[in-house]
Amino acid sequence: MAMPQAATAPGPDSPGSELGDVIIEMKKVNKWYGTFHVLHDVDLQVRRGERIVICGPSGSGKSTLIRCLNQLEEHQQGEIVVDGVTLNAHMPRIDVVRREIGMVFQSFNLFPHLTALENCMLAPMKVRGLSREEAERIARTYLERVHIPEQAGKFPVQLSGGQQQRVAIARSLCMNPKIMLFDEATSALDPEMVNEVLDVMVSLAESGMTMLVVTHEMGFARRVADRVIFMDAGEIVESAPPSQFFANPQNERTRQFLGQILSGNRTPAPA
Amino acid sequence: MRVLSEGDILFIIMAVRWTLLLSIVAFIGGGIGGLIVALARTSEFKWLRWLALSYIKVFQGTPLLMQLFLAFFVPGIFGIDVDPWGAAAVGLSLHASAFLGEIWRGSIEVVPRGQSEAAYSLGLTYVPRMFLIIIPQAIRIAIPPTIGFLVQLIKGTSLASIIGFVEITRAAQIINNATFRPFTIFALVALVYFLICWPLSAYSKVMERKLTVASR
Repeated sequence: MAMPQAATAPGPDSPGSELGDVIIEMKKVNKWYGTFHVLHDVDLQVRRGERIVICGPSGSGKSTLIRCLNQLEEHQQGEIVVDGVTLNAHMPRIDVVRREIGMVFQSFNLFPHLTALENCMLAPMKVRGLSREEAERIARTYLERVHIPEQAGKFPVQLSGGQQQRVAIARSLCMNPKIMLFDEATSALDPEMVNEVLDVMVSLAESGMTMLVVTHEMGFARRVADRVIFMDAGEIVESAPPSQFFANPQNERTRQFLGQILSGNRTPAPA
Repeated sequence: MRVLSEGDILFIIMAVRWTLLLSIVAFIGGGIGGLIVALARTSEFKWLRWLALSYIKVFQGTPLLMQLFLAFFVPGIFGIDVDPWGAAAVGLSLHASAFLGEIWRGSIEVVPRGQSEAAYSLGLTYVPRMFLIIIPQAIRIAIPPTIGFLVQLIKGTSLASIIGFVEITRAAQIINNATFRPFTIFALVALVYFLICWPLSAYSKVMERKLTVASR
């Protein structure tokens, strides 16, 4: 896969200087699928405005971790607090927590029977109770921000993968979320479309959004992350600022993983 | 015995309006019931799923004729007087609810899981998620088998003749008892059913083909 141009450019030196209070707190979180231990004593603290990249081999639990934050997956042990609300299975108003957390999926998951614009307008109208005019104004603003205002009237099947994913990002942003989760948002895209999506993600990161990004795009991590987390076998193995994470990984498993992923077909780190 | 007259033929053909009316009422009743059954079958509450499944098993596992008998005779035991029309309408509606419920459950479950996850993550609650996201997509999938079942239902209304409801089959029996021209009379009735059902089947086939092409 080609290295995205956006990600090879040098990033700001210390992006994490203006972080706020703790918005996500995970304490000793455990989760099992049957007998398979997917999350193993996960502890994680995320500050408002912090941008975290989570990487690791497939099956390491990174997607599951972020899916626990909006309870698309239930955790069985431990505590998860998001913006002051303690999450648990079968809480009656989980939707109130979810509306403040945007999520972008690997497979886009746009609503195929609605146009790009309608995809963006639905939740602000039905969840936030905005008028049609107000919702449309917001939707058009965000479609502009992801650089596809001209596709507003098209249905998802008429759009390329990269365009669909940008609509999906706009759809989440229309809810004005406090946190954005990206679950391998560029993994299903053709190489030439990865850039256009990463560019949008980079500009979102630069706007101060709290982001948790599961990705293999190490260039993106280097450029925008305040912290890179490496997971393996359901554990957080390493967590460090990108400069330290890439230059001097502490754990043997991290070194192995970075060795594989960086010596592969990806461009090596910029100096 | 008397001769089969034009008036007799007209009597039979006019009775088709009761066949059609009964079909429409049962389809509407079954549509409402079927939606409830389908939503219960896909509910996150186990007891609701179990309840709906039991309902479906009972109605799929017993003959329609028995269901009509029960709808006709059981209310009488409790002192409620039902005429054949009411019993047939209720019996066929309950029958259709079970079958449509099962067809529509399948259609709802075929909608990819990611659609629900996207809706959840936007903070949508059950009702807007179901009625604005899932069901509009499920309808496309559901149309061919639903029309297929409608054909079954129309033919099924002929059984209402046995509890004394005068639709086309019952009208034909009455005329046949007086004139004894079974071949002419029942061939005519079969032709009328065919003329109603065949276009529906054909339409269902066309829709099915359209959907297969669209999903390629």
